[in-house]
Amino acid sequence: MADTVLTSPPATAPATSKPLRRSLTLRGVLRSYAFRSLVQAVLTIFAVTTFTFFLIRLLPSDPVQIYIDKQMQSKDMTYEAALAKASLMFGADLQAPALQQYFSYFGNVLRLNLGESITSPGTSVVSQIAAFLPWTLFSVGLGLLVSFVIGLFTGMLMAYVRNSLLDTILSTVASFLSSVPNYLTAILIVYFFGVQFKWFSVAKARDAYSPGVQPGFTLAFILDVFSHAALPVFVYFLSTFGGWALTMKNSTLGVLGEEYVTVAHARGLGRLRIITSYVGRNAALPLVTQLALSIGTVVGGAIIIEQYFVYPGIGRRLVLAIQQRDYTIMQGIFLVTTTAVVVANLLADLLYSQLDPRVRSSS
Amino acid sequence: MTAQSTLPTATFRQPGPFATVWAALRPIVRKPMGFVGLVGTIAFILVAFLGPVIIPQPVTNTNMMRQGPSIEAPLGTTNDGKSILILVLRGGRDILSIALLTGGMTTFVGVALGSLAAYLGGWFDRIVNTAANFLLGIPTLVLLTVLATVIRLDNPLPLSFLLASLNWPSLMRTVRSQVLSLRERDYIEAAVALDLGTRHIIINEILPNMASYIIINLIFSITNAIYSLNFLIFLGLVPVDVKNPNWGWIISTANTNQAIYSDNTRWWVLAPVLAIAFLQWFLITLARSIEDAFNPRLRSGG
Repeated sequence: MADTVLTSPPATAPATSKPLRRSLTLRGVLRSYAFRSLVQAVLTIFAVTTFTFFLIRLLPSDPVQIYIDKQMQSKDMTYEAALAKASLMFGADLQAPALQQYFSYFGNVLRLNLGESITSPGTSVVSQIAAFLPWTLFSVGLGLLVSFVIGLFTGMLMAYVRNSLLDTILSTVASFLSSVPNYLTAILIVYFFGVQFKWFSVAKARDAYSPGVQPGFTLAFILDVFSHAALPVFVYFLSTFGGWALTMKNSTLGVLGEEYVTVAHARGLGRLRIITSYVGRNAALPLVTQLALSIGTVVGGAIIIEQYFVYPGIGRRLVLAIQQRDYTIMQGIFLVTTTAVVVANLLADLLYSQLDPRVRSSS
Repeated sequence: MTAQSTLPTATFRQPGPFATVWAALRPIVRKPMGFVGLVGTIAFILVAFLGPVIIPQPVTNTNMMRQGPSIEAPLGTTNDGKSILILVLRGGRDILSIALLTGGMTTFVGVALGSLAAYLGGWFDRIVNTAANFLLGIPTLVLLTVLATVIRLDNPLPLSFLLASLNWPSLMRTVRSQVLSLRERDYIEAAVALDLGTRHIIINEILPNMASYIIINLIFSITNAIYSLNFLIFLGLVPVDVKNPNWGWIISTANTNQAIYSDNTRWWVLAPVLAIAFLQWFLITLARSIEDAFNPRLRSGG
């Protein structure tokens, strides 16, 4: 067992000088980084879909069985009628054997048929997701983008003025903001800016837009949408900004120690040019993948924020589904958010491999 | 065998336990932030675990409902006249004990899988990596929410296990790459040549070199657990001991009673919120200070 250590190749083997050829043969495509990332993404979505199927059906608390029992008791249905109704709800033929159920369920998922809501019959799960998801994507996306950009600049600034008073203050603020859970940040914002300083009315900020405003491409509507999203966006910004700033600071410090920066200075290149295209670019590179990975945690974090601010995103819909034990909605939301996160990760992987050729060439 | 006995025996005096602890702590507390983090963390642990033992249960008092701060109740009272200060001092134990348990489990699983994957390689490495990639690719909070509706979480052990089973991958990955680089070092190769065995090499040669690193990740796992735990409590997915409410549950009930909008009851929300916020900040400050003290690359760069 122990001798595997000696025989295996060293982990930090210098890259063998294999010629970097981009072959268009089938073998080249199958071995390419992009293809492997794609396969990984598809497999993840497949595994998650399978997992939810068994989760909903095979656990001791069996939601399908509970639903059937309820129907039989409250509406005096026969078992067959209740089962048929449940089949419609869950988007699967529940009378069929398990394996056949699995395949038909999978076919339905591929055709974007995720069944119907248990608590409000006649409403398809997909239509619910289509109504609520855009608001989450909008607010989370905006918050994350703003905090990423501001975080990068703050991090670079901190690295350039390191060990100064400004660096100490910024580092302390950043580390405090990044360590407070976002749902507590939301409460503190409401307390300080809503209750103490009275800068905004918490009640008026509810929902995605004000009741009187007509949706459309009008300035009034767009301003209204932004003012309603402001609170959740501000929370996402505050709770992620500190992390980006600190990571960027470390990354920039690492790059500043590299020889090519010294060489660039020696060549007499302009200070601004060195900061932007030599230091900034290389320091920001590793953060791109982290941005994609963070989307997953922020979507999860949005659950309580949207609930707290009464913002009609997918997180708030999920909380309602949990309270009502609406399993088809829960299952649908889980599948869709997972797919969104997996796709975001895939895009980041591909983008990163374009930005940094070393990723592509290493097997 | 006889050759070994002729080797000179080590004559170094073993330092006492206090000296060892002090030697480990000194580089951390030398910096102001490290001192703040360590003292704050210790204070929180002491209050959280001693509070429920020393301070008696708060009493319901119908003459003291929703009162502002006073001498009897320095932070005011709740709807049923209980002192908020007492509630908060007693409300940290459950959160901290579950978080410590979860952090320990996560770290154990992450370190064990990471070092074994790096050390054994082959199919084991592939399976562990695939599982980690899978978990890293899905929104774990959403999964946790869905799972908590179908699994009963009224016992700390399954709850910790569930949280740990979702949070190990990032630690596993970093431990794996650490071990991969450590095992190329000369002293590991020497240990292999002496045929000391996998167990001995991992536990006695590799892990001690990662001790500070493991402690940092243990702290981060604890903060993660505190986040997820309160998240589940807010959503009402973890059964709560109503007689001994924890911080998350106190915030939750205060919110349903609109406590934040009244000057008398604002500490009902603010005190537990600030307790969790500062606990998280102290823990993370401590972890970052350990990182600064024991990671020479950062030290020279900073």
